[in-house]
Amino acid sequence: MLKSIKNLAHSSTLFLLTFMGLASLAYADNTIRMVAHADLKNIDPIWTTAYITRNHGYMVYDTLFALDENFNPQPQMVENHTVSEDGLIYEFTLRKGLQWHDDKPVTAQDCVASLLRWGARDGMGQKLMDMMASLETMDTRTFRLTLKKPYGLVIDSLAKLSSNVPFMMPERLAKTDPFEQVPETIGSGPFKFIKDEWIPGVKVVYVKNEAYIPREEPASFAAGGKVVNVDRVEWLYIPDPATAMNALIAGEIDFFEVPPVDLLPIMESNPEIIIKPLPLGIQGWMRLNHLHPPFNNPAARQAMLWLVDQKNFLQAVIGNPEYFQTCPAFFGCGTPLETAIGSEPLMGHDMDRVRELFAEAGYDGSPIIVMQATDTPANSGAALMTAQLLREAGINVELQAMDWSTLTSRRAMTDPPSEGGWNIFITWWSGADIFNPITNIGVSGGCQDRAWFGWPCDEELEHLRHEYALATSSDAQFRIAEQIQKRAYEVVTYVNWGEFNTPFAYRNNLTGFLSSPVPFFWNVEKQ
Amino acid sequence: MGIVALFVFLLLHLSPGDPATIIAGDYASPADIARIRAQLGLDQPLHIQFTTWLMQLSRGDLGVSIFSNLPVSQLILQRVEPTLSLALTTLIFAIVVAIPLGILAAWKAGSWVDRTVMAFSVLGFSTPVFVLGYALIYIFALQLGLFPVQGFVSITDGIIPFLHRLVLPSITLSVIFIALFARITRASILEILNEDYIRTAKSKGLGERSILARHALPNAAVPIVTVIGIGFALLIGGVVVTESVYNIPGLGRLTVDAVLRRDYPVIQGIILVFSGLYVLINLIIDLLYVALDPRIRF
Repeated sequence: MLKSIKNLAHSSTLFLLTFMGLASLAYADNTIRMVAHADLKNIDPIWTTAYITRNHGYMVYDTLFALDENFNPQPQMVENHTVSEDGLIYEFTLRKGLQWHDDKPVTAQDCVASLLRWGARDGMGQKLMDMMASLETMDTRTFRLTLKKPYGLVIDSLAKLSSNVPFMMPERLAKTDPFEQVPETIGSGPFKFIKDEWIPGVKVVYVKNEAYIPREEPASFAAGGKVVNVDRVEWLYIPDPATAMNALIAGEIDFFEVPPVDLLPIMESNPEIIIKPLPLGIQGWMRLNHLHPPFNNPAARQAMLWLVDQKNFLQAVIGNPEYFQTCPAFFGCGTPLETAIGSEPLMGHDMDRVRELFAEAGYDGSPIIVMQATDTPANSGAALMTAQLLREAGINVELQAMDWSTLTSRRAMTDPPSEGGWNIFITWWSGADIFNPITNIGVSGGCQDRAWFGWPCDEELEHLRHEYALATSSDAQFRIAEQIQKRAYEVVTYVNWGEFNTPFAYRNNLTGFLSSPVPFFWNVEKQ
Repeated sequence: MGIVALFVFLLLHLSPGDPATIIAGDYASPADIARIRAQLGLDQPLHIQFTTWLMQLSRGDLGVSIFSNLPVSQLILQRVEPTLSLALTTLIFAIVVAIPLGILAAWKAGSWVDRTVMAFSVLGFSTPVFVLGYALIYIFALQLGLFPVQGFVSITDGIIPFLHRLVLPSITLSVIFIALFARITRASILEILNEDYIRTAKSKGLGERSILARHALPNAAVPIVTVIGIGFALLIGGVVVTESVYNIPGLGRLTVDAVLRRDYPVIQGIILVFSGLYVLINLIIDLLYVALDPRIRF
């Protein structure tokens, strides 16, 4: 009976839609419609570190180098480069035929200006600029970077995968103050941004850049040939995940970037939908305030390592074991720097040890303020877990609920917790941001001047991070990374509460999606 | 409007949260954040910021979004059509269904018809909008494929696609208004039906339909129009849940997004526009009172 009603309804609707000229609703064109993880609010990927703007950058701009799936930098806009024997002079020659979206040629001057603007904002860029003696153009396709002393991360910096990515822009735009947004979006990447169709909070539109010349190598992460097989990509902002899922099931959209884990079983049961896990996970962080009691005492910080049971945290926060894994590595699991060194307290979970260590730290029963961002489910769940476990250990906890925007302002406050400051907050970082000791800002021991919120202060850590930056072989880098992790566990720069994954979901009429932590739309075909 | 402007400005700027820290991102140093605050003028004393904003307003300029760098007026205008479309279709549908139901319930007061209408009214009040929304999507979009799951199409792209996208959201949203309008209509008509002049009309031998249409309904219209006006005002600014469930890019969602990011110029602009609309709607309601009841004078 229901089947008959459905058939009748389908037939009538099809007739009506055809009659009324609504056949376009079937979306049989060569356009990919994607629900992005956030709304694109601003379009300058140097001005902001927002992932959505980074992803926009990858659509529109190109990079000098790019990371492949083995975490090796590969030339992208660069045709070739040379390094002097003393390791101080790098010369880069651009590929022929590179062209901006306004049809002007890409020049070395454009790249120099772009690197200087990026170097003023990005942490890894600032480090490179510190090591740099000069950056000058040689001719229209060649520029030279001269270092003060050998530096092991020159190419890695130029191939940085995540925010801020050193995207190349025309010189006239790259000369914009790095603290102001560029007024227009002109790149040389595989897609063009259609500003007239951009409606913040609704839709972003890109069309294929017909003038783009892809490299010949196969695509791999952000590297290789960016061959575009579709005419148009539309990013839609659908804030309600259930609506986005229904739209995917109904075929109104093709791709759902970050489906919540609790909705995955429904999508998995649909044969027309493919779930693709990301190659790098997301690492959960519990950040402690090193400035004030009790976490200005190493024993109290060590106690937090013994408190966390990654499996329980992940079970409570993520739920489905298919999408999480315990991982003691500061630089992520499945990365070249993965190691378990120093992780015994984190993987040990012992509540008696927690009580002993708090007593050893002289904990006086003052309330520990845990900031809970209730509008980010993973952070909120982990904050609740933290508070509950601390209470079980006999610690006085004050769980303060707020939205993420308030938390980001509050975490910058260095005042004592009793005067508006804080003791603990929860956050997470993409694996693309934490897979080495320079980009992983959480292992910095740079005190209030340079360390991230929580302000760990440890000279040895800073010295080791500097050594890592100077190391020129991957073996040497790995050895130093091990020492950094060991020391980070001693200092407890942060408590890693586990690694989880948010896969992509898309309809089976799309093929060729790259395995990458960033959704790339080159290489993808729509049937 | 001036009081609203001052209140909104102070409320926003004295509440926690800082757009500069959101823009600066996780790697930013305090110096970077301070520089962004200076660029945005957020380092100025509050009275200077307020004066600057008032000067802009006096020129009809609502300012520029901190995040998108687009004019606030443009952002609001982009959202007006979906909001007004949803509000009007909802209201029309609710009025067309609720007023006859309310009259019917009053006319047949105490009968099974009255009880059924009132039971549906209670159900309409009690059903959360998102539950009804998802249920309608499941049945009519996913199972029967009669309507799209989400989205909005401008009327300039054709009246049929425009209405096709609005059917489910309008039904979802109108249920609560049908319940409200039906109850108010019933109560107002019942009150009028007990008046002396209705008894006189009955004793003169006028038919029930004539009494309802010519005597009861016009005299019961004032409270009904008031509630419809308030309903319209609510629909303009307060349908975030429905807008989210059906992905309709209306003013409600723009407001929530702006609040979450502390995009001060956008929030201030929207609230000023809302307050202006509320004043306008109330004025229209007051003028309608005069038209509906000649005894009322202002």
